[in-house]
Amino acid sequence: MIISDAATSAAVISAEPELDCAQLLARVHAIGSSVLAEHAADVDRRARFPAEAIDALRDARLLSAYVPRQFGGMGLDIVQTARVCEALGHYCGSSAMIYAMHAIQVACVVHHAEHSPYFRKYLRQLVDEQRLMASATTEIGTGGDLRSSVCAVEKHGDEFTLIKKAPVISYGEYADDILVTCRRSPEAAACEQVQVLVRRGEFAAEPLSTWDTMGFRGTCSSGFTLSARGAADQILPTAFDEILSQTMHPYSHIVWGALWTGIAADAVNRARACVRAQARKTPGETPLSAIRLAETDQLLQEMRHNVYSLATEYRDLLARGASGALHGFGFSIRTNNLKLSCSQRIVDVVGRALMICGIEGYRNDSKHSLSRHLRDAYGAALMVNNDRITKLNATMLMAHKEGY
Amino acid sequence: MATNVSSQQSEATAMVREIVSQQNCLQADLATLSDDSDLYAAGLTSLATVGLMLAIEDRFDIEFPERMLGRATFRSVATIAEAVSELVK
Repeated sequence: MIISDAATSAAVISAEPELDCAQLLARVHAIGSSVLAEHAADVDRRARFPAEAIDALRDARLLSAYVPRQFGGMGLDIVQTARVCEALGHYCGSSAMIYAMHAIQVACVVHHAEHSPYFRKYLRQLVDEQRLMASATTEIGTGGDLRSSVCAVEKHGDEFTLIKKAPVISYGEYADDILVTCRRSPEAAACEQVQVLVRRGEFAAEPLSTWDTMGFRGTCSSGFTLSARGAADQILPTAFDEILSQTMHPYSHIVWGALWTGIAADAVNRARACVRAQARKTPGETPLSAIRLAETDQLLQEMRHNVYSLATEYRDLLARGASGALHGFGFSIRTNNLKLSCSQRIVDVVGRALMICGIEGYRNDSKHSLSRHLRDAYGAALMVNNDRITKLNATMLMAHKEGY
Repeated sequence: MATNVSSQQSEATAMVREIVSQQNCLQADLATLSDDSDLYAAGLTSLATVGLMLAIEDRFDIEFPERMLGRATFRSVATIAEAVSELVK
């Protein structure tokens, strides 16, 4: 299924050359500097949903950027989507994270449900209404394991009901639709999972926990007990393990790595501004901080290349329809390595930028403040905990040899 | 000769069944599954496949080459036994 979809959207892109990615990115940067940056500090301080940012992205029709053109979307590929996430990361980590998480859910539908009449209609509606998609994957009682569910979707004729205790649903209160993982029937084993699209007006969310964290405060990732009902064709036709390995896992780590790169790049830009201020005070001399900046920039480049190297590999595998490779340990290990590396690197880069900025970076009330960047940076290793990912790689590497 | 091959195969099949059972890597009861049943459908995850692979390598004193490390090899008791028979030759 994934083969023809990717091939179609690639063909459509090349047939309509008016999609100019550089132009699009310039628009994203314009929205970032005029809207996201404007509200980022307030969003962070009050841990509130970045409504202005998401509205601006809606106005620019960016919520359907990954939807193929045949449904009215922009038909961006994963590399281009990653660039949008990186650009947003420069201005507001929470807004960029919300956009990235939305993009992951859109990709799940585009890759795995495009042939269902219901979801074809849904994609058009998503384009028209610029609907915001969220996700409820983790569940109380599964210990953070995405591949097992306690709750089950129950079908009653053409309808379904579903109740899930989700410890985290990022921007759940503000989403139009939520993709929920669950067992495919009350009789199914914990690992026999599907994803169900639950829609605003068809679900109730009873708060379970709050979201008052160090960073990514604007994602409003509170917990809820979700009670939903709807039509049976809102259940995605592909099994969740397939969706996870082919789309959710690689797509998440690529777009997260991209937005983390954006946050790190903005920290480096703030450090550069401080270096220039110092250089102006000592004309003719290269300040020591400039050397530190050069070293930090090298790390930033490695981080960025790591993201786009895997994004390009993924895009090409999709275009070739090489779903076997996406199932393989090799690709899965590389995807995990990208997450591990970027989530550590962002802390390193922002920390170095802070040393360069000195007290100007440490202050909360300075225009070179790195407080939000640093607090966001530490979240990267924790969202899908790095220890869990390292353990998965350790297991897979017992079987997988590099170079095959 | 043909009898030898098939008895060797059925011996491998019985041993593979025993290992799968010991690994406790399925959500379904192995006793209810045939040699051709899809183990992934019965709850085998790709990660659990690694443990199963190591146990089989240990028991038969073999090493699976890279080309065999895929879902096709570990799909059922029969396909695993077939791979084992090929490797112990």
